[in-house]
Amino acid sequence: MSSIRVLIAKVGLDGHDRGAKIVARCLRDAGMDVVYTGLHRTPEEVVTAAVQEDVDVLGISLLSGAHMTLIPRVVELMQAAGAGDMLLVVGGVIPDEDVPALRALGAADVLLQDTPPDAIVARVRELVAARQPR
Amino acid sequence: MRGEAEEGATTIMTDLDTLARELLAGSTRALARGLTWVESGGERAEALVARLYPRTGRAHVVGLTGAPGSGKSTLARALARGARARGRTVGVLAVDPSSPFSGGAILGDRIRMNDLALDPGVFIRSMATRGALGGLCRAAADGVDLLDAAGRDLILVETVGVGQDEVDVMRLAHTVVVVSVPGLGDDVQALKAGLLEIADLHVVNKADREGADRTLGELRSMLTLLPPAESPAGPDGAPAVEPWVPPVLPASAAREEGIEALMDALDGHMAYLKTSGELDRRWRRMVGARVLKIAQELVARRLAHPAAADADVDRVARRELSPHACARLLLTRLGERTSHV
Ligand SMILES: Nc1nc2c(ncn2[C@@H]2O[C@H](COP(=O)(O)OP(=O)(O)O)[C@@H](O)[C@H]2O)c(=O)[nH]1
Ligand SMILES: [Mg+2]
Repeated sequence: MSSIRVLIAKVGLDGHDRGAKIVARCLRDAGMDVVYTGLHRTPEEVVTAAVQEDVDVLGISLLSGAHMTLIPRVVELMQAAGAGDMLLVVGGVIPDEDVPALRALGAADVLLQDTPPDAIVARVRELVAARQPR
Repeated sequence: MRGEAEEGATTIMTDLDTLARELLAGSTRALARGLTWVESGGERAEALVARLYPRTGRAHVVGLTGAPGSGKSTLARALARGARARGRTVGVLAVDPSSPFSGGAILGDRIRMNDLALDPGVFIRSMATRGALGGLCRAAADGVDLLDAAGRDLILVETVGVGQDEVDVMRLAHTVVVVSVPGLGDDVQALKAGLLEIADLHVVNKADREGADRTLGELRSMLTLLPPAESPAGPDGAPAVEPWVPPVLPASAAREEGIEALMDALDGHMAYLKTSGELDRRWRRMVGARVLKIAQELVARRLAHPAAADADVDRVARRELSPHACARLLLTRLGERTSHV
């Protein structure tokens, strides 16, 4: 009976959240509860919020190119917080060659900027369904 | 201070004992998971609340309500900071409306409170308003219990003051703060919808804006039109105490002005509740209303079960049974079924 909870966060310095907001609305329209935290969040803020909100999925959007420093920090903080059963999904502008590295770090998936909203919704559902029930 | 307990690095909490123990020990992760349980409702939520309920009763529960955009979330942040400065821990429950079409919600209240995230003394949780009759109220009340049992001294519950369900959520609070902004207009509507009667305290937020004095004046004169509150009898037959007169206070949540006075007024209201004996009476009313809500939700859920009604409704369709008689029949049958829903 409970719906999927997702936190969408923008970390880093870039000032665009149009894409993140579109994704948030699509997930909402698909019946999910989407916590939105706004621009310029730090990994610490994002992980604390995700833990308090106990989301199924932490979606981090980056356009700034700083993903290879910010995502490892997010993963480290998630582990330290005992949030090992939370799914991390990275989105935004990510060069193809970095995708395997992000997956290896523990990202459940990496969705590039051109992923259609329907595909994002489907992927989130799939990932949550495949995980242990809580 | 609680709220800073070591967190197990890989704990995945699925059993009640562990969850309750860690929650009581101050684990934020356990508190967060417990809130997920009560939000989804059902058997495990009931069991968790049953376990923790005896450990509640310490917190001051403050409701913040008012029109969208009036500054409730910003005020919650300011109050949380004020409470932290006074050495108290804080829990915030931000209840946002969900879309009537998809059932989903975008929960944006945290945007105003991001800088609190790094203080383990503040715990913020967003909740979507969904579900049948009373579902929101049940989940919010359970959530307040969890925050209380987890040792949060001040619990702030934010809801948009529209709709009966949200007014009912405010009835869970010891102190109800109604937030308005300069230039009444829309707010008068909101206040008419039952909020004026439940306010223990009025805040005119955005007092940094033009027209705040006028709004303060308008609100104060509007309040004088309300029938005077009865003088409550003191505790144990002591002489009657002066009734509480809801203060009307200006504040600028964004600039953190007027927050100290507001904090003092909140403390003043709690002190009044205690000395007047009103705390016990209010508590009795609160739990009475809560029990009724839970019962209504249970009945509504059982009635929603299609198989329960099919054959009888067929008889109504054939005009062998009147709609009223059928409804009564359904209710009688409800009592016979004891299975958990
Ligand atoms: N000028 C002014 N703006 C404020 C004040 N408090 C909040 N706001 C702004 O009002 C808007 C709505 O605030 P928010 O806290 O989200 O309102 P809520 O919908 O009632 O929770 C935001 O843009 C805030 O920055 C205030 O004291 N003064
Ligand atoms: Mg708000």
